[in-house]
Parts: sequence; C-alpha cells; structure tokens
Amino acid sequence: MPVALPEVKETWSGKIVEVTLGAGPDKGGTRGRTVTVGGETALPFLHFEGQIPNRPVIAAEVSDRAPEDWSSLLTEAWGGVLEDPASWAARAEELGAEVIALSLDSAHPERGDTGAKEARATVRKVLEATSLPLIIYGPGQIDKDNEVLVAAAEEAKGERVALGNCEEKNYRTIVAAALANDQAVIAKTPIDVNLAKQLNVLIGDMGLARDRIIMDPTTGALGYGIEYTYSVMERVRLAALTGDAALQEPLLVTAGYEAWRAKEARTSEGVPAQWGDWNQRGLLWEANTSVTLLGTGADILVLRHPETISLVKYAVDELMKGV
Amino acid sequence: MALTGIAIYKMLAQTNCKECGYPTCLAFAMKLAARQVELSACPYVSEEVKAQLDSAAAPPVRLVSVGPEGHSLEVGNETVVYRHEKTFVHQPGVFFRLRADLDDQAFAERLDAVADYHIERVGQTLGPDGVAIEADSAPADRFASLVGKAAGKDVALILMASDPAVMEAGLKAAGASRPLIYPADAANQEAMVALAKTYKAPLVLRGADGDLEALANLADEAVKQGLEDLVLDPGTRGWADSLSALTRLRRAAIKKNFRPLGYPAIAFAGEAGDGPEKEAMLASQFIDRYAGFIVLDNFEPAALYSLLTLRQNIYTDPQKPIQVTPGLYEIGEPKAESPVLVTTNFSLTYFSVAGEVEGAGRPAWLLVSDSEGMSVLTAWAAGKFDAEAIGKAVKNTGIADKISHKKIVIPGAVATISGELEEELSGWEILVGPREAIGIPSYLRYLASNN
Repeated sequence: MPVALPEVKETWSGKIVEVTLGAGPDKGGTRGRTVTVGGETALPFLHFEGQIPNRPVIAAEVSDRAPEDWSSLLTEAWGGVLEDPASWAARAEELGAEVIALSLDSAHPERGDTGAKEARATVRKVLEATSLPLIIYGPGQIDKDNEVLVAAAEEAKGERVALGNCEEKNYRTIVAAALANDQAVIAKTPIDVNLAKQLNVLIGDMGLARDRIIMDPTTGALGYGIEYTYSVMERVRLAALTGDAALQEPLLVTAGYEAWRAKEARTSEGVPAQWGDWNQRGLLWEANTSVTLLGTGADILVLRHPETISLVKYAVDELMKGV
Repeated sequence: MALTGIAIYKMLAQTNCKECGYPTCLAFAMKLAARQVELSACPYVSEEVKAQLDSAAAPPVRLVSVGPEGHSLEVGNETVVYRHEKTFVHQPGVFFRLRADLDDQAFAERLDAVADYHIERVGQTLGPDGVAIEADSAPADRFASLVGKAAGKDVALILMASDPAVMEAGLKAAGASRPLIYPADAANQEAMVALAKTYKAPLVLRGADGDLEALANLADEAVKQGLEDLVLDPGTRGWADSLSALTRLRRAAIKKNFRPLGYPAIAFAGEAGDGPEKEAMLASQFIDRYAGFIVLDNFEPAALYSLLTLRQNIYTDPQKPIQVTPGLYEIGEPKAESPVLVTTNFSLTYFSVAGEVEGAGRPAWLLVSDSEGMSVLTAWAAGKFDAEAIGKAVKNTGIADKISHKKIVIPGAVATISGELEEELSGWEILVGPREAIGIPSYLRYLASNN
C-alpha cells in the first residue's frame, strides 16, 4: 500500500507590511523607478505555503566621500567614480542596483565635518544622477546625523527616501523629519528581537505609518556572528507571520559593510594559502553572507562590490522561481 | 512528533510508587517527554509500552555514518526545524565529485587537494569530508581502480554508479571504508538495496523533481527489505525547488514524525551550473537549510573556506557561544617589558586578537577576562567587561609579577571605561588600543617606537 505524505504546509495569519521606496511624478517625486518590498505571507521563498509578491532588492552603497578604509578589491572594481557620489550612483544603477544607499559620511566630525548645506547639495546631485529610490544614511554620529538627515529629508521632499539609521537614541528627530517630509525610516537595533519590536512601537507611537518603516536587525558577517543575525531574523519573521504586528516590517541587512570589514575579504597579506584566491574570497564573503540572510527574510540587501550585485541578483532570480 | 508527557502518562502504571525517584507518574512522564530521564527507571513498565515508547523516542532524522569505524562522518539526528529552538546537531558532510573520465593525473591531484585541505579557524580544524566518485559510463574495473585509490586516503567516500555490477566492483575496492552509495531509484532499487545490505553501506534513494511521495515509497520499500541506513535525494537541483523539498523533508520528519522521510538529505550544488561562485552560493543555502551531504563539482579553496566557515557558524549551539578559558595567554615569548593587552573570552574575539598579535611578530601578554563568552561590546553592554571584571583578571592572573611595567591596553571599543579602570587599578597606566583586531599590528609597532 502506498505511503501517504503528511501535510507540512504551515498556515500563517500574519503578513509583512509592503513598503514602497521612491516616488514618481504621479506621487509628487521625480523617480524613474520605485521599489516595493514586503508583502510576504510565507517564510522566505517557500512559495508552496503563501504569497511572496515582491522580490528582495539590492541597494548599492554610495558615499559622499571617497572611502579611505575600503579594501583595494572594492576601490579597484569601482575606479574613479568613488570620487563623486553622483557618478558612483549612476554607475551602480547601470550595474543593476535597484536602490542607492547614500551615506553622508563626510559629515562625521573626523571625516570632513560637513553640514546641512553640503548634505543638501549631495542629495540633490545624486537624485539628479539616478532614477533609483534612495536610502540616506548619516555619518553615524548622533549630532551630525540629526543635522544632515533633517536637511536631506527636506531636500528630498516628495521622493520617499528612507532615512537611517533611526535608533533608540535618536529616533525622535529622525521620525519627526520623516513625518514632516513624507519619508520612510530605517529602524536599527542591535541583534535583539525585543529591542527591534520596542523601537517599532516607539516609532509607531509618534504617528509614522507602518508602511514607512524598514527594520535593520544589525548584520553579522560570515565568520563574524552571522549565526546571531540568522537566528534573530528567523525569530522576527516567524513572530511576524504568526501575527505580531510590531515585527511585520520588511528587513534590511548591511551585508556589504559587514562582509568587507572581515579580514578574509579585506586583505591578501599574511593569510594562509588555504584561504584561496583573494578576489573570489572577497566576493563570496559578501555573496554568501547575503544568501544566508536572504534565507532568513532579508528584503533589502545593501551591498558593496559591483560583481556581488549581479551574483546576489542571480540568487534572488533563482529563488523567486515559484515551485 | 515526540509523545507529550500526558500521552506517556497514560501508558504508565499511574500508581505514583515513587520508585523512579519522582513524586508522581505524571512528573516522571514529563521528564521522559523532555528526554531528561530513561524509561528504565520505572520497574513496572510493560514490554509492549516499552516498545512503543522506544520507537517514539528514536530520533526523527536517522543518524547515518559514512566512513570506516572509528573515524566516520556522522550525519542526521537533527531534532529541530529552526536553529534557535535548540541547535543543529551534525554538520553536513562536504564532498567533491571526481568523475571517472578524469585522466589519472588530474584524478590524483584533485583527490590529494581534497584530502590535504585543512585550515584552523577559531581553534577548530576545518576541512572537507571526502570525495564522490562518479562512474558515468566507465567500466567496472576502471571505477574499482579509482575507488581503490581514494580508499587509501583519509577521506569519506560516496560511490556513484547506476549499474549494480559497476557499483559492486566499487564496493569491493572500497574495502572497509563504508562508503555512501548512490543512487537507488525505481529502476534498480532491489539490486542496490541488496548491495547495501551485503556491504553494510548506507544507500541514497533518488527521487525526481521533488516528488516526496514517490521518495517516501522508495524508502518504505527499502525498510521492508531490511535496510535502515538511508539518505534521500529529492531530485531537485536548483535554488527554490531544493529549498522547498529540503524544508518539506525536514518538517515531515520532525513535526510529523513521518518515518519514511526521516533520513538525512543529499544535495548537489554543482548541477545548477554557472561556475564556482554560484555553486558556492547554492551550497551556502544547503548549509543553512537542511542538507546532510553536499556534493560540489569545483574545488576552489576560497569557496571552500567560505563554506566551511559558514558551516561552523550555523552549527554552533545558540545556547553556548564558543568560549576560551579566561586567564593569561602568552603570545610569542613575551618578556617582562612586553605589552599587556586585555580582551574577552568569546572565542572569536580571542582568536581574532591572538591571531593579529601573532601575525604582528611582537610578543605580548594577552589577558583574557571572563565575559561569559560575550564579545567586547556585548560584554561591556551587559556589564561583564567593565573595570571591575578587568581588575579581577589582573589580580587573579598575577600578571603584575611577570612584567616590569604597569601598562595595560584595553580595546578601543571600550575606551570609555579607562577612567574607572584607572581607579580600579591604582598605579597602572591605561592605554586605549584599536577598535578592531585588524589594527593591532600597527598599534604594537606604534607602542614599540614610543618606548
């Protein structure tokens, strides 16, 4: 007698919120392309048990000042465009990026200490150079973040950009800027389900709509804590699908930043021969970090290397083939 | 699904005799359900109930061993679908396929490359597990000769041949190395099962296109023929189809306790095509999601190293971060005037710091403070790496007696504690080192030039 298979499909009651970045002329912006992420009613790429209406997207990291501490694999791959964020963004768009993650790094007190005026000019220039939606990051220093992100939010009014990072220590200022200028935020918390939930609640309490929040759970790279991010994201996504509304925001991971901090990606000097070809190792450090986090629910992956952009897009193409 | 405490309770004598050491039969049943006590502690359980409970207690994914007795690769015995629920138990075996149409020299080189690959990471030695030798259309004697060469190396073997006569030649050549054999499908099942039994080799059952019902029936047949050591190939070769098939296999085994699919799965990362990078990316997905054996076609050390690192990460027990013993470590041969660096006992932190100090070629004392296995910033935030903890480490290790100075270097990420530490360690000079381990060599050079 043939064996009958048990039903293993899970039934989920929750749904990830759909968040759209970028606004075209119909919505008061100038973006040629917009992206919508989220909307899942299933665990990542398990097409047999629910809907996955939007594919995860790739954001390319672009800085307003040529990075001094990047691996030469990265600076050589990008070449001269690193000197100019507008050319850099345009090149990233050509290479297949779907979002530009613009970092206003020159505002950092130790890296240029530029202010609101320069931030506005950079944002304007990049908006003109690319048709893609923007994520805009401050330099990661609280006073300067507040200064330049508020200016950037105003300058990009109508364009529906995402402002980051919006953290526990500065969320009031960033959320207020998002509210005043119709923008979204990147809510970042340090690898912890409860902190992620709490920040979403605090942001919601200020009146920012759920479809304008993206969660960054903090990425650990391959070899440097990826297993923590893996499990925290998996728990966040399970809670969301089970119905916890405060965790139903799409997830963003900074796979490029974290992977390229790892010694394995950064350097070829004084490393064991078993580590193999440096270029291949660097690409795979970023790509395999990305693959793992796609599997735990990443909706936006911020990447660094031009070739990783196409490798990870390939993985998304393959994973979106419904079965 | 494992039985609940209540279900077990119903099968017990329910006399609350306490002879098992628990106050009630219900309490004992709860402990049994949690697998914290053996059924043999109850003297009154009947043989029939015992058989029932034993079968319910068998692991939902069977443990399968490949390789000679004594140093075999063990795969299976998994108990959870999600890593955070407990932990993944047995790392998937990583194999490289060698096809019989390789010329002898290429075959020998690739075999040696796999057999010789070892690398240290975070105090563990990592490496691939073995080779999969595929006969394709090679004759039996050619296949046997290749298997014989590989059997002489310290690697686990997968033998791939559809023709039972060719497979038998390979099995003979494999001797005592207990290979995994591949594949049995509807066409050759009977002969392959017979070989597997004769040679005590675990057998892969091959399905097609993720049809798990057909695969379950193959498994059911094999068990009826008396073979228990099985591995399942759902026949999927791409990304989404493999993810779906391996997830359904794992759920059927663990959530439904469905025996016919309660075996480890094998996945082939190279058959999606497209070269070594994309192959390694697909293999990453297999490591993350439920493969027991992974077969690769391209041997690239960089790709392999990234996969071994990922496998080490994902199979870490989430409840027990890997730690090193707190204390004083000598890197190089430090002397009285050598610098003292302090860090935490999270093993990744320790090995990153120790590796950089070693690489810098300047001996140093590395003082490892007990942070309960947390990294520098996490431990600092949790109050496990503060002035008090570091002060304690300085006193407990007696470092002051070994050195001729009173300077201690703290990680740059916790620069804020230097004031408190000065109070804690009166008479010491607190130096703030780099934020990242990678900055240590240049920092040590700077220290030396300023002395």
